[in-house]
Formats: sequence, C-alpha cells, structure tokens
Amino acid sequence: MAAAAPVTVRVQHDDFDVAAETARLTAGRADAGAIVTFTGLCRDEGGRLAALELEHYPGMAEAEIGQICEQAVTRFSLLGLTAIHRVGKIAPGENIVLVIALAPHRHAAFDGASFVMDYLKTSAPFWKKEHFADGRTGGWVDAKDSDDQARAKWS
Amino acid sequence: MTKLVYFAWVRERIGKGEEDIDLPASVKTGSDLLRHLKTLGDDYAHALEHENVIRIAINQEHVEHDEPIAGAREIALFPPMTGG
Repeated sequence: MAAAAPVTVRVQHDDFDVAAETARLTAGRADAGAIVTFTGLCRDEGGRLAALELEHYPGMAEAEIGQICEQAVTRFSLLGLTAIHRVGKIAPGENIVLVIALAPHRHAAFDGASFVMDYLKTSAPFWKKEHFADGRTGGWVDAKDSDDQARAKWS
Repeated sequence: MTKLVYFAWVRERIGKGEEDIDLPASVKTGSDLLRHLKTLGDDYAHALEHENVIRIAINQEHVEHDEPIAGAREIALFPPMTGG
C-alpha cells in the first residue's frame, strides 16, 4: 500500500527554505524516483524595478492552489506536492513562489510542477504591483496572453 | 446585504477593499451587478469601465459573468490574475 500523496499549500509573507521543504516532502519514503523543484524569483527588469508588491485574496488563493494541486496529483500520479506563494513586498532576487513535485519518474514530476505553475498564474487570485527604483509606484502588472496559452496546452 | 470585495486596481479605483451593499431585485447575474455598480459613482464607473476584463468570484469560486448571484454571501471583483 503506497503512502498517501501529501499536498501542502501555503501563502505567507516570509521567505521559504527550498531545502527544508524538499526534505519534508521526501522524508520517510522510498517510492519516489524524481523530484522537480521550481522557484519563481522577482526580476529587477533591467534595474528598473525596486520591488514587487504581491496582493492576494485570502482564503480563495489557498483554495484555488489547493484545487490545482489536487488535480495535478491525480493527473500525473504524483507522490507529493508542495506549493508556497509569498505575498507582500518582494525585492529583486528574492523568492516569490515554490512548487515541488514528487513522483516515481521524472516526466510526471516535471509535468506536475509545470501544470501547477501554468494554472496558478492564470487562476489563483494574486496580483503584482510594481515599485520602481526611482521611487515611483508603477502600475499593476498586466496579465499575459502567453500565460493563458501556456495553460491552454494542458486541456 | 451582500458582501462585495475588491482587489488590485479594482480596489484602488473604487477606493475601498470591501463593502456590504443592498442590491436591487433586478440585479440577478454578475453582469447585472457590474452594470448596477457603475451607476453608483465615477469611481465605480472608472473601475468597472471595461466589463469584459473584470473577473468575478462568488463565495470564493470563479464564475462567468452570466452566473446568477442569488444567495451569494461574498462576491469578489478583480482584474486578471498575475501571480506566480
């Protein structure tokens, strides 16, 4: 009897520890053959950006990511999945989002992590606002058609 | 009373993050709600100017604009999402 596939979803201000989260997911199990870790970072956009401010819809954000993760576990037969999204002000070089997918083989782990990110970007209620290096507050980041297309390839 | 919550530039343009509002009986769908809110003032009209861009969630689940809102405890209006 295989162990259940644990799903961890968190939205938090604080940074996350990739190594600690990976260890938590793999602890005590010997049935996994692959782990894919994706970390999304804040870019400085060529020096223009001082920070991104991440806003979310508390409750719905966690629930949406949770649903996406459950779909990924079922679709790719994952052994475990962790998704952590930060909110608040995040400086260039800092972490924004973490997805860790655990599977018996590499393709499922790669696909699982990619699926979660593609759905998260278009369905999970988070919004980014730009703060510029020259002190001005920029606008809200526009949604990209390429993100919708990335999601559409899974359907 | 229905609780409305707003996020990102919808929140900024309306000037508040949430409010409890009495909706007329004629407001039956998400689209009806957007049109009704736009009559409440320039801030609302500005925030909701491009109706097709606005995303709607009822009780924290995404819905289409033609979804009935009867019985909704909480309705959220927000721009397309840009997380990740």
